[in-house]
Amino acid sequence: MPNLDAAFSALADPTRRAILARLALGEATVTQLAEPFEMTQPAISQHLKVLEEAGLIARRSDGTKRPRRLVAAGIDAMDQWLAMVRKGLEQNYDRLDEVLAGMKPDKGKKTR
Amino acid sequence: MSKMTLKTEGDTYVLVERRFAAPPEALYRAHTEPALIQKWLLGPEGWTMPVCIADAQPGGKFRYEWTNGKGGGFHVTGEYLELEPFHRIVHVERMFLPGPTPDNHVETRFDADGAGTLMTMRMTLPDAQTRAAMLASGMERGMEASYVRLEGLI
Repeated sequence: MPNLDAAFSALADPTRRAILARLALGEATVTQLAEPFEMTQPAISQHLKVLEEAGLIARRSDGTKRPRRLVAAGIDAMDQWLAMVRKGLEQNYDRLDEVLAGMKPDKGKKTR
Repeated sequence: MSKMTLKTEGDTYVLVERRFAAPPEALYRAHTEPALIQKWLLGPEGWTMPVCIADAQPGGKFRYEWTNGKGGGFHVTGEYLELEPFHRIVHVERMFLPGPTPDNHVETRFDADGAGTLMTMRMTLPDAQTRAAMLASGMERGMEASYVRLEGLI
């Protein structure tokens, strides 16, 4: 089970979001992931570590390479969480619909 | 299909959009008059807002207190910065869980949209970490019941 606090914190960084966007296209090595950024490999590795600890990506052993891939369960958990946040807000606004329907139009009435 | 959209923008914004079948004036009043706010700004079933103080004038303060009737509760305090009846509200708020969360700067707009209103709410958090924390752990307060139900479903 991914840690949601860690997952959302991991997403707070633009480089890490870009890495996830790249991995959404498929598995990639650290060298490939570092390519688009003006960053050293250790810096990229540090970002990958954060994403890995948040349960959003995983690594595989392929000879000397350690290609990374997205972890669907981690991404799904965040989706579900956001869906739940949305649902809470939607419940409020559904109630607001009823409140609005019950309000009498009071044009002319002085409103603060 | 959902009528509401919730999305993040840049590193520090959260945007909420929703259409309503009522004019901007009604929306504005439902966001600034305590007797109306208490009817809808509640979160999941079972939660109520026994305390709602809203002094809707520039510099005025507000305070919302929620309870689930079983000992659970939290509150929000804030100040109104700008009020343009019946169009726009700018305020800052913070939740107490129980310590205060960093200030959330919120601009709420009500734009006439046909016979109804398009509400656009833009929240600005101090930084990306705070926004992440709010999305991950702050906003679920008062949503625990929904979460438990969700867990039962998946």
